[in-house]
Amino acid sequence: MEKRYGDNVVLRGLNFDVAKGDRVTLIGPSGSGKTTILRLVMTLEEAEGGYIFVDGEPLTHEERGGARVEMKGSHKHRLRQRIGMVFQQFNLFPNMTVMQNIIEAPVHVLGMSKKAAIAKAEGLLEQVGLADKAHSHPLELSGGQQQRVAIARALAMDPEILLLDEVTSALDPEIVGEVLGILRHIAETTDITMLIVTHEMQFARDVSNRVLMFDGGRIIEEATPEVMFSNPQHERTQSFLQAVLGNPMVEAAE
Amino acid sequence: MADNFDALLNALPLILEGLIITLQLTVGGAILAMATAVVLGVLAQQDNILLRGFARVIIEFFRGTSLVVQLFWLFFVLPQFGLSFPAMAVGIAALGLNYGAYGAEIVRGSINSVPAGQWEATTALSLSKLQGMRRVIFPQAWALMIPSLSNLLVHLLKGTAIVSFITMADLTFRIDQLRVDTNTFFAYGVGLVLYFLIAYVLTLAMNALEARAKHKLGRGVSLPEALNLRSADTGVTSSTKEHV
Ligand SMILES: Nc1ncnc2c1ncn2[C@@H]1O[C@H](COP(=O)(O)OP(=O)(O)O)[C@@H](O)[C@H]1O
Ligand SMILES: [Mg+2]
Repeated sequence: MEKRYGDNVVLRGLNFDVAKGDRVTLIGPSGSGKTTILRLVMTLEEAEGGYIFVDGEPLTHEERGGARVEMKGSHKHRLRQRIGMVFQQFNLFPNMTVMQNIIEAPVHVLGMSKKAAIAKAEGLLEQVGLADKAHSHPLELSGGQQQRVAIARALAMDPEILLLDEVTSALDPEIVGEVLGILRHIAETTDITMLIVTHEMQFARDVSNRVLMFDGGRIIEEATPEVMFSNPQHERTQSFLQAVLGNPMVEAAE
Repeated sequence: MADNFDALLNALPLILEGLIITLQLTVGGAILAMATAVVLGVLAQQDNILLRGFARVIIEFFRGTSLVVQLFWLFFVLPQFGLSFPAMAVGIAALGLNYGAYGAEIVRGSINSVPAGQWEATTALSLSKLQGMRRVIFPQAWALMIPSLSNLLVHLLKGTAIVSFITMADLTFRIDQLRVDTNTFFAYGVGLVLYFLIAYVLTLAMNALEARAKHKLGRGVSLPEALNLRSADTGVTSSTKEHV
């Protein structure tokens, strides 16, 4: 992939595969391009070069006769439905209740009946511990509750790929745990492929099977969480983990 | 003074006729202006250059040429090309398009001030652009745009007075007639009160719309609170102490 913002080259020569069911955590200093990668996969940004394949199919562009050709809108729309994203700032729709937020896409995109969508949403709200908030407005909820609704909303579309961009960074420290607990549970009980950007290294260690260390838009190190957090090879990785964790070994073991 | 009131009483049927014309122009103009504003406002922030360009040309044309001149064109010039319309239709069209062009900027601005994260969430949920606009972005923008649109409608009401140029006997025209039988102070005093009352009702109606829109966003006051007198542009509710 290649991605630029004006003169600022954010990604260049980036290339990696994610297997079905993988839980990949992207770590790295601020500005290293982690969010950009997730946004490219969600089709929220356009790359200047390169191709993204989902299950073998080109997502936004394909190579045709040596040229980089944009895919049709209907193709992108169809593939996009297999991908879900949870944002740092939740981005719930304030003009809808919690229930309406969750059933919006299942009803209007997947064509699910309202009744079935509601039944499913009730199950998901149960799962995120907010069964009693179905008729609340998003702005009446705490940040942690809003993020749990956002997770339920993403899951309501049955995504095969879930993108999580620092989903606990906007939350008060004491409620980070409840959101991570829910994500851990989802990781354990589903086979959804996950791309996770987080500074919660214990969480990364618990749920992911691969960790990619980014710096300046490149992967500088890749390893299993065990290796990455206990025996990082690259000097940049070592200093980054030191900065994030204080003492990586002690905290990660807690 | 008693003479004045006798004159007013005699003129009342005609003043009522004028009032009805003014109300028709206001309501018809307002509906057309709102529709124009929404359509042009949405088009003006499309990615598609043709749609955006079309909207911009219309907006700039109606904002850049005076209402009176537009009125004259529609009423006196077009008939020379065999296209003539009743004065009421011309009045509503000119008012609606002119104020609608201003309203389009309000609509466009409000849509743009809905946080980008809302658009991104609609994409992440695979809603189409149209669904995203209709079901997520516009309802939020709507709550933002109502105070400014409310101001615009009051301006539109006042703007209706220019239709006397195209032979319509609206409220201003009738008030002017009343002046002949009474005096300037009295006649325009009556005019002041009547226009104020219409503007007030218009503002109340828009406040009710705004309260409803905000309520749907899970915030804002109840309808009865919103029905207090307040200025449309600031949204500041007048203090209850003033009424005590
Ligand atoms: N919308 C944007 N416009 C311009 N530059 C951007 C934009 N978004 C991100 N960037 C730049 O891209 C680089 C990578 O950003 P990002 O992907 O957000 O990094 P990370 O998530 O790792 O902190 C940064 O240098 C950032 O300044
Ligand atoms: Mg980021």
